[in-house]
Amino acid sequence: MNFGLSDDEKALQESARKFAREVMRPKAAHHDETSTFPVDIIRQGSELGLMNMTIPAEFGGMELPHVAQAIVAEEISWGCAGMATSMIANDLALLPIIIGASKEQKERLLRPFTTGFKLVSFALTEPGAGSDVAGMRCTARREGDFYVVNGQKQWITNGEYADQFTLFCTTDPTKRHKGIMCLAVEGRPAGLTVGKHENKMGQRASNTVTLTFEDVKVPVANRIGEEGEGFMIAMATLDNSRPLTAMFAIGIARAAMEHAIDYAKQRTQFGKPIADFQAIQFMIADMAADIEAARLLTYKSAWLLDDGQRNTLISSYAKRFAADMGMKAATDAVQIFGGYGYSREYPVEKLMRDAKLVQIYEGTSQVQRIVIARELLKGI
Amino acid sequence: MPLKILVTAKRVEDSESKIKVNPAGTGIVGEGLKYKINPFDEIGVEEALRLTAKHGGEVVVVSVGTKDVHEQLRHALAMGATKAIWVNHTGPLDQLGVAACLQKVAEKEKPDLCILGKQAIDDDQNQVGQYLAEWLGWSQATFASKEESLESDAEKTKTPAIKLSADGKRVTVVREVDGGLQTIDSPLPCVATTELRLNQPRYASLPGIMKAKSKPIEELTPAGLGVDVTPKLTVTKMIPPPARKAGIKVPDVAALIEKLKNEAKAI
Repeated sequence: MNFGLSDDEKALQESARKFAREVMRPKAAHHDETSTFPVDIIRQGSELGLMNMTIPAEFGGMELPHVAQAIVAEEISWGCAGMATSMIANDLALLPIIIGASKEQKERLLRPFTTGFKLVSFALTEPGAGSDVAGMRCTARREGDFYVVNGQKQWITNGEYADQFTLFCTTDPTKRHKGIMCLAVEGRPAGLTVGKHENKMGQRASNTVTLTFEDVKVPVANRIGEEGEGFMIAMATLDNSRPLTAMFAIGIARAAMEHAIDYAKQRTQFGKPIADFQAIQFMIADMAADIEAARLLTYKSAWLLDDGQRNTLISSYAKRFAADMGMKAATDAVQIFGGYGYSREYPVEKLMRDAKLVQIYEGTSQVQRIVIARELLKGI
Repeated sequence: MPLKILVTAKRVEDSESKIKVNPAGTGIVGEGLKYKINPFDEIGVEEALRLTAKHGGEVVVVSVGTKDVHEQLRHALAMGATKAIWVNHTGPLDQLGVAACLQKVAEKEKPDLCILGKQAIDDDQNQVGQYLAEWLGWSQATFASKEESLESDAEKTKTPAIKLSADGKRVTVVREVDGGLQTIDSPLPCVATTELRLNQPRYASLPGIMKAKSKPIEELTPAGLGVDVTPKLTVTKMIPPPARKAGIKVPDVAALIEKLKNEAKAI
C-alpha cells in the first residue's frame, strides 16, 4: 500500500494548483456575483490540459489515470467550484463516447477535443426525470438514417456554449431504462433551442440551461452503442465521474478550512484570537480530519478504476461522504466568520452555496445511499 | 536560422514557504520548505521558448545540484525545453563554482545564446551571468526587459522581447537600467540575464508534464567537466531581520502627532 503521490502526480497537482491560485481564484468572486461564464479562463484551462483528461492516447488525448484526474479536480474546485464544474463537464460528456462508441466514432467525436478548444454538454436530466433517470420522456423516433428527437433536457452545464451534446433519450418511454439510448449531437441542428441561463444559488460561474428538442434530426451514425444501451452507458459514466465530483466537495472544503484558519488567527474577541477558543478549534479539527478522510476515500474510488475494478460502491461512499462533509465544512467556516461570514464581502458564503450543489448533482446524497444499500444488500 | 539556447533552472526555496534562520546562524532551516525553479530562470526558459518558437531551434536547460534539481529540470522540460543537463554535485557551491560549471557546459553545447536569471531569489547574488560571459569571452546583455507592458498584445501573443537580426548573427536586447530602458545590440553568441518584466512564463501544461517524462536528462559532474567547485566564499553568519514590534494604540490625535514627531520622527 502506498499513500504517497508519484512525482508525476505532484507535478500535475502543482500545475493545477498554480492555475487555480493565479487564474481562477482572482476571478471567482466576480463570476459568482455576475453569474457570467468565464470562457477565457475555461479556454486557458483547456489549453493547459486541465480538461478532456480522459480521452485515450489513441485519439490524441492524455488518457490521464483516474487518480491523477481526481488530483486535478481537487485543485480546480479549490480555485472556483463553478468554473471547475464547467471544466469537468467536458470529461463527463465525453465519457459515454469513450465507454460506448466505435473506433470510427471516437476518431470523429473525440479527436477534435484534443486539437482545439471545444465544449460538450452531458444531457441526461429532464424537468420530470432527475434521480429517476429511467423516467425520461425525451424521445427519438427512427426515420431512415436519422433519429428524430423531441423533448426537453434540464440543468445542462455549458449548454449555451457547447459545440456538441451527449444526449440521452428513449425510443419508448414505457420501456423505462431498457428504452434509453445515447446520441452525439453535433453543432446546433435545426429544432434545438437553448433556454436562458439559470439563476442559481451557487456555482454561478458555470453555465446552466434548458435544451428543447423539436424534431431534431441526428444521424444514426452518431448513436453511441445500441438502442437500449443508454442507461448502462450513463451509469458507467457516472461510476467514472463520481470520484471527480466527490473531489469538488474536497476542494471547496479545503478552501473553506484555509479561510477559517486564517480568519480565526486574526479575529480577536474577549481579548484573544478566536483560534484560542476550543469551540473554534474543534470545528477546524473536524474539518481537517473529515477532508483527509474524504480525500482518501475518493482516491481509493479512483484507484479502483485505474486498477480495472468496478468502483460503484466505493465511489458512492466517496460522493456521499465528501458532498455532505463539504457542506458541513463550508457551513462551519461561515460560522467561524460569524456575521462577516454571512456577508458577500467575505469568501466563505460563496463556498457554502457552491458546496450545496455537490450534494445534489450527479446523484444526490440520497441516491448515493440508495446505490450503497443496493450494492450491500445484493451481497456485493 | 534555428537557435540553440542554453537556459538555467536553479532550485530555490519557494517564497511562499516560511524561511527561518537556524539557531546557530549558519544557514536556514530546511525542514518543511518547498522548492521551485528560480522565477528569473523561469522567465529565461520562457524567453528561450518564444525565440525557438519563432526561429526554430532547441532549448537546453541546465542545473547544478543534487538529484533534487531534477524537479526543476522537469519543470523546464514540461514548459517545452528540449533536453536537460544535470551537473551532479552534493555539498556547498558558490556562484564562482556554478559559473565555472556553466562555462564548461556552454563550451560543450555551443549555444548561440545563454539566458539566465539576473539573480536567484535565494541569495540574490546577481553574479553568475556576468562571470559566465566574461569567462566565455562573450558579450553580455544583463537585466533584459522590454518596452511593452505585461498586458500588451506582444505579451499575449508570446512575442520574444529579445530580437534576432535578419542574418541571425546579432540580437537586440532592451535592458532595464536605473530610471529607464537601454537598447543594446550584441553579436552572438551572447549571455543575457532576465529582469522581472521580460515576460510572464507560461504554465506547464498537463500534456507537457507527461511529455517531459520521456525527455532526456544528461548527467555530468564538475570533476568530469574539469571544474573545481570548492567554494571560495563562505557564509560566516546569517541573521533574521528584526521581528516587527507590536503596534500601540494612542488615545487621541494630539498623542499621535506627538509620537510621530518625537518617537518616529516622521513629521
